[in-house]
Amino acid sequence: MLFRTITKENFKKMVEGLMEENEVIGPKSRDRDKEGNKIYRFLKLNCFDELEMDYTRSYSSPKDYFLPFKEDLATYRLENNGWDQKIHYTIHPRIIIGMRACDINALLKLDQVMLKSAYPNPYYFARRRNTLIIGLDHEPLEDCFCRSMNTDTASHGFDLFLTDIGDRYFAAINSDTAYIVLNRFNAREVREEDQLRYKKVKKQIESKFKTQVDITILPELMDLEFESEVWKKWGDKCLSCGSCAMVCPTCYCYGVEEDIDLSFTQATKRRFLYSCNLIDFATVAGGYNFRPDAHIRLKYRYYHQFRGFEEAFNQSLCVGCNRCGKACPAGISPKAVIDDLIKTEKE
Amino acid sequence: MQTEKSFKSEIFNIIPLTAREKLFHIKICDAYEREKFTFLPGQFVMLELPGCGEVPISISSSISNKDFIELCIRKVGKVTGLLHRLEPGAIVGIRGPFGTHFPMQKMVGCNILLIAGGLGIVPLRSTIYWANEHRSDYKDITILYGAKEPGQILFDYQFEEWHKIFDLKILTIVQNRAENWEGRVGLITDLFDEVPIDPDNTFAIVCGPPVMFKFVFAHLTNVGISRQRMFLSLERRMHCGMGKCCRCNVGSIFTCLDGPVFDYWTVMNLKEAI
Ligand SMILES: Cc1cc2nc3c(=O)[nH]c(=O)nc-3n(C[C@H](O)[C@H](O)[C@H](O)COP(=O)(O)OP(=O)(O)OC[C@H]3O[C@@H](n4cnc5c(N)ncnc54)[C@H](O)[C@@H]3O)c2cc1C
Ligand code: SF4
Ligand code: SF4
Ligand code: FES
Repeated sequence: MLFRTITKENFKKMVEGLMEENEVIGPKSRDRDKEGNKIYRFLKLNCFDELEMDYTRSYSSPKDYFLPFKEDLATYRLENNGWDQKIHYTIHPRIIIGMRACDINALLKLDQVMLKSAYPNPYYFARRRNTLIIGLDHEPLEDCFCRSMNTDTASHGFDLFLTDIGDRYFAAINSDTAYIVLNRFNAREVREEDQLRYKKVKKQIESKFKTQVDITILPELMDLEFESEVWKKWGDKCLSCGSCAMVCPTCYCYGVEEDIDLSFTQATKRRFLYSCNLIDFATVAGGYNFRPDAHIRLKYRYYHQFRGFEEAFNQSLCVGCNRCGKACPAGISPKAVIDDLIKTEKE
Repeated sequence: MQTEKSFKSEIFNIIPLTAREKLFHIKICDAYEREKFTFLPGQFVMLELPGCGEVPISISSSISNKDFIELCIRKVGKVTGLLHRLEPGAIVGIRGPFGTHFPMQKMVGCNILLIAGGLGIVPLRSTIYWANEHRSDYKDITILYGAKEPGQILFDYQFEEWHKIFDLKILTIVQNRAENWEGRVGLITDLFDEVPIDPDNTFAIVCGPPVMFKFVFAHLTNVGISRQRMFLSLERRMHCGMGKCCRCNVGSIFTCLDGPVFDYWTVMNLKEAI
């Protein structure tokens, strides 16, 4: 990794330069919540001023730009008694500015499933390879527990990662493209004073983590407490709405549907994000449901995140952003559920 | 690499078996792809009707039949319902093969006990063909087959031929008493008193509805067969067949990638599996 610094003024010029030729996505505020706080989303930027570099947490994650909610996998032209299949790898060069370390780590986890396992996913691959990622450090919110999940810093998975050190950004460079772009806008070598400021900012961020979740024994706990009452306690509150999975930066479960147009000449095969909390997730033909109850489905989501994924890829799937906790209409958050599990285990 | 690309394939022959099941003979249209297509007993394909949907179906034919594959399909819903309305000549899509297979090589020199309930006979059929084609590799081959009613017994038109050519034993049982049925009535486990099992030299392959597994495995364990010598095929909802959609996830595994064939030891230690 190479390091440089770039002044905020030059950064602005850089973003404007990038916008001229590319689709640039960044955090924008769209709305306000009940308490009057801004709600951010990753959206297409039309000018630099729309970019809110001091954003807190986006409601949903930039996952949408890699695993969109809906995408066409293939289209078919139907002829009398035959068909032709066309496969679409939508390749859309993009730049995403302002991704948090946790969201970058979430992408790295998705990479494990989508790229590094049997049958790589070409749709995801095309998007991942054609997206330039500019990360951004930030101070944690009250309920962030990414530090417990070891995802509060990112060392790879991005092209450029920025830390605000006053009048300039300290930039970690991870790709040649990013290096060339940065140099075009007068980045300079890191000086001792930059490095000191950078370290100070990093320390400051570190000291602000409030929420902790103990995950060391979680995989084992998931098996030991499989029959625990804790699942019922929280599961009975669950509305099986699936909001938690929709906003989660790592949830990737999906469904496939096919439909045919009214003229019977065109058909489409579509992938759409799904959630294991939805009631029919595991229902098979004839109506038999392998996970009929809300609490069994809730347990399953945690089991996959903290035990199943751990077994497959030596890491848990959750990055500790607590988006699911914020979005859940029933007030279910991973911290509360995990704390409860640990408590029963100790009793 | 299996992506979304499906092989155009022609259904050129359809054999009605029962009121709900038909056997489809399907041939990959492209000669080169057809030649390349190989599978092992226990694996499945994703069968697609463009515009309608895609379903996982076990391959039921012999692996040495390079011209076409046989799929036995029960009419239960949207895609399978439409499949049953097709005529010979229809073009469908096939992706695959996917999944793990029954470890036939491991069983060399031993007895094989095949236990099927209902539609469970379908994936076992390619095992039976395998065993026949490598008949001298194995000792006794026994099939225990249970169905709800006599009318639901699949492939009975082949039993006679299997008996003779393959030199194997088939015992059937039905759950509901019926006229014209002279065989046994009861549950599949009732057949166990008719087969002496040599636990150290026997492999078991079990395939059937979830309720069957517990009782069958309990018996086989009691008899003393190692849990790693018993195999089963799990059924779960599937949408991709490639370990991505998670619909088939059980505990920490994916039925489509890590299965559908598992040994009993693995499944026993999987939460939610059986
Ligand atoms: C490994 C494996 C092998 C199978 N082999 C056979 C076989 O040889 N013969 C046979 O008749 N059936 C087999 N099945 C079951 C068969 O896949 C389902 O009956 C079929 O998917 C039902 O689809 P449908 O569209 O008609 O039903 P619907 O109820 O309309 O289902 C809608 C969709 O849900 C999914 N789905 C529903 N039920 C199942 C299910 N039981 N398993 C997987 N996905 C499901 C499919 O994507 C399906 O298109 C097998 C299933 C698995 C997992
Ligand atoms: S905290 Fe919730 S939303 Fe965030 S990664 Fe973990 S499970 Fe997903
Ligand atoms: S958001 Fe909350 S209520 Fe909705 S499915 Fe997830 S846990 Fe259940
Ligand atoms: S069928 Fe999609 S993960 Fe197994």
